[in-house]
Amino acid sequence: METFKTEKVTQATDKLILGGHEFDSRFILGSGKYSLDLIQAAVEHAGAQIITLALRRANEGGNANILDYIPKNVTLLPNTSGARTAEEAVRIARLSREVGYGDFVKIEVIRDTKYLLPDNYETIKATEILAKEGFVVMPYMYPDLNVARDLAAAGAACVMPLGAPIGSNKGICTKDFIQILIDELDLPVIVDAGIGSPSQACQAMEMGASAVMANTAIATAGNVPMMAEAFKKAIEAGRTAYLSGLGRIITKGASASSPLTGFLKEQEMI
Amino acid sequence: MGTKINESILTEEIKELQKKNRIDHMTYLPGMEVLDSDIQEKVIDRMNAYDESLYTAADVRRALAADICSLEDFEALLSPAALPFLEEIAQRAQLETRKHFGNSTYMFTPLYIANYCENYCIYCGFNCHNKIHRAKLNPEQMEKEMQVIAESGLQEILILTGESRKMSDVEYIGEACKIARKYFKVIGLEVYPMNSDEYAYLHQCGADYVTVFQETYNSDKYETLHLSGHKRIFPYRFNAQERAIQGGMRGVGFAALLGLDDFRKDAVATGYHAYLLQRKYPHAEIAFSCPRLRPILNNDKINPMDVHEQQLLQVVSAYRIFMPFASITISTRECERVRDNLIQIAATKISAGVSVGIGEHLEDADAKGDEQFEISDGRSVKEVYAAIQAQGLQPVMSDYIYV
Repeated sequence: METFKTEKVTQATDKLILGGHEFDSRFILGSGKYSLDLIQAAVEHAGAQIITLALRRANEGGNANILDYIPKNVTLLPNTSGARTAEEAVRIARLSREVGYGDFVKIEVIRDTKYLLPDNYETIKATEILAKEGFVVMPYMYPDLNVARDLAAAGAACVMPLGAPIGSNKGICTKDFIQILIDELDLPVIVDAGIGSPSQACQAMEMGASAVMANTAIATAGNVPMMAEAFKKAIEAGRTAYLSGLGRIITKGASASSPLTGFLKEQEMI
Repeated sequence: MGTKINESILTEEIKELQKKNRIDHMTYLPGMEVLDSDIQEKVIDRMNAYDESLYTAADVRRALAADICSLEDFEALLSPAALPFLEEIAQRAQLETRKHFGNSTYMFTPLYIANYCENYCIYCGFNCHNKIHRAKLNPEQMEKEMQVIAESGLQEILILTGESRKMSDVEYIGEACKIARKYFKVIGLEVYPMNSDEYAYLHQCGADYVTVFQETYNSDKYETLHLSGHKRIFPYRFNAQERAIQGGMRGVGFAALLGLDDFRKDAVATGYHAYLLQRKYPHAEIAFSCPRLRPILNNDKINPMDVHEQQLLQVVSAYRIFMPFASITISTRECERVRDNLIQIAATKISAGVSVGIGEHLEDADAKGDEQFEISDGRSVKEVYAAIQAQGLQPVMSDYIYV
């Protein structure tokens, strides 16, 4: 459960809690799209404690097994990429647990190969089944409040709304809707997909997101470890800003002292 | 649009045979499944309306500036007006490739299990009149071949046959898929077009990807190149991908054999064909191949005419910008230099350790059959793997799960 916004939170007590597990880092790193020998450096410089892993990629085995490149001290978050229906997602999640990747699962149900947009309806169905089976279910979703509430009711450990389509680097195009989720849900809201730069990650955290997940932006950076570190700092800065309470923002020049309520004083003088 | 033929294909024998009576290439044969689909009509209309001379530098600039590449932008990128912008086009293509695929470059190898063919495609080494050594692997031989291939570390296989339903029937191909399942994670097929229930059967056997080359989308030209056999039926071939998806296949591949006809029109049609199918079946994974004509056994003069490397790059890049999420395979028809550069720009899948004959991984000489075309990159799996890594890319053997 997230801390209530009125409670006093210090950075020392500020934890990300998912399915009863505590994490200090609020940066979830994707493992796809990398040159394998850069994954470890990315994880270290990101300070990430959770790394996603497509089961279909881990399935690879052979002479380039991605698992050999992921540090052992991080929590694996297997995802169900490749699933087009709830049923397929459930099957992949079960397989993932069978082969020993733990109870965490990020549900991705995608039946659109162009934008890779999640299918919210199928995602709810899969969440319901897997949560009952004891998985820590982290669903990738399109930010819709009703769906988010259904996911919460179905037993999700968090919701992972997209900022923009996967790999688009467009930032938080769905900003206002993610804000609604943050304001209305008791579950952690983790912004996933579309985050192309540290400033965008920072923005998500300032808004009150519980964590940010990124992959393409780091995997394709000129210097992968440096970019991982930049994201780490941005996420920490955004979180600290959120915790400290953002200051008053004057949007248009100076404000008159009481332009709308001034008339009340006139009445008093009579 | 003319039907002037790429003269390099023609031999005296072919010229004689072309004069003979031939069946109507637009009429389905008995047993061929007919779909209720308007995609073919749309693609052909669009291709016929494409006039490459209408595009200007301004159109190309607009296409490059657009966030999302429209069909009009795609057509501009394929026009001659785009050639002076090739560097910018390649850079944009590279950006899209990295956004969608990161550093991943997928590896696979084709396995030809039979080269019997009932078609007379005058540019193809397997055609039924070409006097080559025919062969067909039995299940034991297939298994041996697959073992050898799997030892190289590859996890994706593309099973190919010549197009003979008689000599390599659906069940035979199904057997190959079942054996392949034991050794590989990803199984693709490049065999003759079939009905959706047959695709469903092969999907059950373990295959999930189907590639069918349309060769050329100009049906009049198509008719002059495919003189006999079921392949002659243009619409049955055209609708193969849609039947494959209806049969439950996860992904489908498209290609025009560049150099057979006006390659710009063929590229427009290939892209639009894939685009419409993905629009109709949004879950379908889309793939392109970009083969150019190559010399064959008993005709070493065949060449892709006006499709030079520059034009090849233009087509591949245009596919990438138009459909950034699509897989693009680069053939061993191309040389090492071209292939290594194309995976930097737009291609995401590359074959290695390739043999386009039958039984070449075996020691048993009786099992061997001749090649379909000449390959230009004979590098082993290890060599291609190292070449990919040397470019800062990550070779990936499979990123797939059969569900």
